[in-house]
This record gives sequence, structure tokens and C-alpha cells, in this order.
Amino acid sequence: MAPPSVKQHVFAPWNDPDAKPLIRIEGVSKSFGDFSAVNKVDLDIYPGEFFSLLGASGCGKTTLLRMLAGFEIPSEGSISIDGVDMTDIPPYERPVNMMFQSYALFPHMTVEQNVAFGLKQDRMPKARIAERVKAVLDLVQMSSLAARKPQQLSGGQRQRVALARCLAKEPKVLLLDEPLAALDKKLREQTQLELVNIQDRVGITFVMVTHDQEEAMTMSARIGVMNAGSIEQVGTPVEIYEYPATTFVADFIGTANMFDGVVALDEQSHTVVDCQELDARLVVGHSSGVAVGAPVTVMVRPEKMMVQREPPEERVNCAHGVVSDIAYLGDISIYHVRLASGRKVQVALTNLRHTSEQRLTWDDEVYLTWHPANSLVLVQ
Amino acid sequence: MKNRAIALYSALGFGYAFLYLPIVLLVIYSFNASRLVTVWGGVSTKWYGELLADEKILDAAWLSLKVAVLNATISTFLGTLAAVVLVRFRRFAGRTLFTGMITAPLVMPEIITGLAMLLLFVAMEQTFGWPAGRSMTTIVIAHVTFSLSFVTVVVQSRLAQMDVSLEEAAMDLGARPVKVFLVITLPIIAPALLAGWLLSFTLSIDDVVISSFVTGPGSTTLPIVIFSKVRLGVSPEINALASIVVAIVSIGILIFGIIVQRQEAERVRSLKTASDRG
Repeated sequence: MAPPSVKQHVFAPWNDPDAKPLIRIEGVSKSFGDFSAVNKVDLDIYPGEFFSLLGASGCGKTTLLRMLAGFEIPSEGSISIDGVDMTDIPPYERPVNMMFQSYALFPHMTVEQNVAFGLKQDRMPKARIAERVKAVLDLVQMSSLAARKPQQLSGGQRQRVALARCLAKEPKVLLLDEPLAALDKKLREQTQLELVNIQDRVGITFVMVTHDQEEAMTMSARIGVMNAGSIEQVGTPVEIYEYPATTFVADFIGTANMFDGVVALDEQSHTVVDCQELDARLVVGHSSGVAVGAPVTVMVRPEKMMVQREPPEERVNCAHGVVSDIAYLGDISIYHVRLASGRKVQVALTNLRHTSEQRLTWDDEVYLTWHPANSLVLVQ
Repeated sequence: MKNRAIALYSALGFGYAFLYLPIVLLVIYSFNASRLVTVWGGVSTKWYGELLADEKILDAAWLSLKVAVLNATISTFLGTLAAVVLVRFRRFAGRTLFTGMITAPLVMPEIITGLAMLLLFVAMEQTFGWPAGRSMTTIVIAHVTFSLSFVTVVVQSRLAQMDVSLEEAAMDLGARPVKVFLVITLPIIAPALLAGWLLSFTLSIDDVVISSFVTGPGSTTLPIVIFSKVRLGVSPEINALASIVVAIVSIGILIFGIIVQRQEAERVRSLKTASDRG
């Protein structure tokens, strides 16, 4: 289902039919024995893009990245980079560099020697190597520690050196395997934006693998959500959060309240779904494109729900239950509301006031409502 | 509390005495002036002098040293190759068989290995005339066959601990596989190679059983000379020789210990600077 109207971004080559992708992945599968790690993936990644492959561990995202680097050979399908078929090209001849999760800094070399390693393989003249090493170390603000060995660096510093080592070769594509997983939370958040800034400055296409949806949403232009070896959806962070294509994506990205029902009416402007569980009609502000009577799921995000204590006039887009759990997070509170059917629904409310006069408490009876435009029909 | 301390120290003392008293006695008796090994006849260094004049022992020592160095070097080379194959090439036909065969010489009785080597050398000489008789060459070959298993085991464990992504990173940065091995893998596993070299050196220099099968006239190693001399009765000269060996080994261990300690100190220092930087 196409999102109704996504704001046109300044940088959106994927919407431009004339744009030529830098990486073209066509029908790529990879199996290890009986286990199919990646299953018929088609994907185009455009020059200058920051693309993330997001998924739980074991979903095949790292295998896909390793196929781009050349460490794994696809069992089926083809990968081309900048129009060149990569099938028979070994890792050491690809215009691609990879930043490893463990950073893989050579322990017997100094920071400077680590960064120079790739350039030496290209037989670059010594003077130019020195120049280039200094430039990238300046870029990641590590020049002052150039003579140190990796063991003498902190986690954040190692991450910078690993990045510098990849950038030194000016690859067409930089692959990042969970680049920030080894850092603590504060440092990670700070590094996320730094990495985006560096990507902006060098203009290299970044392909990142992560299991952290917040990280993917903060950093990427587009995200490919992977599940069980397949790509479920490719889109901008806004698209995959607001208009998830499947129930998996809806559930994986953020929190989703989902209600099962059958289509009662399907119009150009809206869809009506009968939901037995809620004993209500659900109106969704877009066409579902499926026949009347078809089973569908309606999804509403926790922050898009409104809470009231009095029953609404009409039983449309409405759920009724009692507050069973409250998670106070400071800026917002998450209320878990148990419905008559036993299903738990999450509602997020912003804590606008200090005082708790109006605030809901345990066992309060509440009605949850939402606007038709803020819900989504997912076809099963 | 005091009783406990006394008990602990006497246990420690007893343990050390058990390990080192025989060696101390041996060193003391090497300075015995008497020809009779068990009778103390005053202090003298004459056995050391006689030892240095004994050409047979000196030749044997020199041969042993040559064999040990050659053996250690060849074993380290071959053993490392085997370890790389076992760790890095996960699937190939006959992998299980190969793994078993590499470790078999570790548990094989030496006397069987020695006998088998002798039969092989004789058969080879009869069919294509090489090696001609039993000589240093045959001793080295025989030593390599069992030493290389030890090197393989040592290097294998080091390689298995090494982060594979280091090699991948080097390849990703443009180095070909052979270069990756020489420039990245070898320096990282170097301590294991050194340990393997020292281990096979030691194994070779004190081997009696296998050497006695594959040795020939004019190529007698030091342990065989000592063994045959002792069979005629322990002479004070042998005590002197043993004391010299003990001294050399002690110095070697001392130097090794100092190097390890320095490395450890540097590691602690570098960890400290890293944590200071935060």
C-alpha cells in the first residue's frame, strides 16, 4: 500500500525514476546448508544515501552486508555496484570498505599505521599516504593520538579510528556492521549524529546494519526492515513508522496496538472495519484495496490515542477498558489499558503538568478514541 | 592463626623440596672430588674440566643443538601450516581424519614411533637409496614427525582465539590473502609460534627413545651419550654435565620470565592510559 501523501524531501533519489542506483541487488538469496539466511532480496541504494538494514538478530541483515563486501557469495541473484557486476570480484578488489562490529583494528600497528594500511595496498606514494592519513584523522578528531596502539584507546576512540581507516580509501560505499553497538548509551547518541555529519561531508554512500530501531531512524535516509531473510519494507523513517506495510513492521518499529476485524465497506477515501473484539466500527482514513469481508488488522500507535473518562457519543474508533499498568517515563507516561477481551492496549500521554490531579491512576475506567486519519489498515 | 601459617609454609617447603631437592643434590655432587658418586670427598671442579676435554660429549652436545634448532624450525613451519588449515578451512573432505591424525603422535608411545621411523628409513634406503644410512637427517625427520603435532596444537588454539574480522578487514582494505597472512595473521600469532618453537626445541634436545632408533654411527645425540654412560655406572662427569644443562635451562626460564613480566607491565600501563582517556 502506498502512503497517501509523503512530503517530498530535498534528497529523495528513490522517488526519481531517472536516478541511477549505485548498488543494485537483484533476486539475491543465500543459504548455508539447509538454512536460508537471505531470501530473494531486491534492493536499490542510491549514491549519497545513508541506508540502514534493520532487523532482529538472525534476520539475514549481516549476511546481506557481507555479500556486499564480498565475504559471502550469493547462492542466487546478482549484486552490482556502480554498474559493475560484483559476482566474481573478491573483497580486496571491490570499491567498498567495511567497518566491523568489533572494529577489527590491527593490534600490532599504531593508529596511523592502521589508517595507512589500505592506502599502502593501493601502492600510493608515501607522501600522499601521510597527507591522506592526516586528513582523515583530522576529520574524526584523532590526530593527537596517531602514535597510540589500539589497546591504548577507549571504545569511542577505536570506533573513530575504524571509521577513519575505511574513509581513507574513499570507497564508493561504506558498509557499517552495528557500528555503535559497543558504545554506551550516552556516547552512542552523540556518535549517531556525528556519523551522519561525517557522511554528509564526505558524501560517501553508507549502508548500515543495526538492530536498534532508534539508531536506524535517527541516522538513515531510508530503512529496509528485514525479517526471516526477506525485506518487509523499504522506506524513510517517517514512512515505516507512520505507514508500515505489514504487521511485522508495525510491531517491530515502535509500539503498535492492533485490532483484527473484517472489511465492511471500502471507499476511495476511507475503509470501515467491523471489529468484534471492540464491539465497534473502525473507520480508517484511506482505502484498503481489499474486498468486503476480507480479514484485516487495524493499527493505531499509542501516542495517537486519546483518553476520556466518559463514553463517547458514537461507538466508532473506540475501545473501552481499565488502566492496569502505568509506566512513568518523565516526559511521557505509558498507560496499559486492559480491554474486556483481555487484550492490553498501550496509550502514551505527554505529561504536560507537574501535578497529578487530572492524571489517570490504576483501575480507572477509560475510553480510548482516535482519529480515522491516525489509524491504518494492514492486510494480512 | 599462627599454626595455620606454619602449616602452609611447611606444605610449601615440602612441595618445593620434593621438586628441587634431587636437582640440588645433583649440583652439589657435581663438585664432589671423589670418583665415587655417592661418597663425598671434598669440593673440586675437576669434573667440569674433564667434561670440557671430552670430545665425544662435546660433539654430541653440538649435534643435539643442531638437531634441536633444525627440528624446531621445520616443525614450527609445518605445524603452523597444519593449524591454519584446521582452523581457517572449516569444511573439506577428510577434515575429521586429518584432525585425528595430527594429534595421534601426541599419544602414540614413543617406542612405536621410533620403530616405525626406523622401518620407514630402511625401506626407503632399499627402494630409492635415500636417506643413506642413519644420520642427523634421519634424526631430524623423526623429531619433526612428533614435534609438529605439539606446534599445531599450540598455534591452533591461538588462531582459534584470533578475531577473524581482523583478516577480513585487511582483505577488505585491499590486501590479497597471502599478504593478509604474512602481514596480519603471522604477527598476531607470533607468540604462539615462539612457544611452539621452544617446545619442539625442548622435546628434541631431551629425546632418547626415538633418537636411539634412528641414530647411526657418528651421529649420537647428547641424551644417548649420557644414557649409555650411565648404564656403565653414574660418573661425576655426568653430574657436571647435568648441572650445566640445569644452569642453561634456568637462565633461559629467567630471561623468558623477565620478558613476560615486562610485557604484562606494559599491557597494564597501556590499559591505564586508555581508561584515563575515558
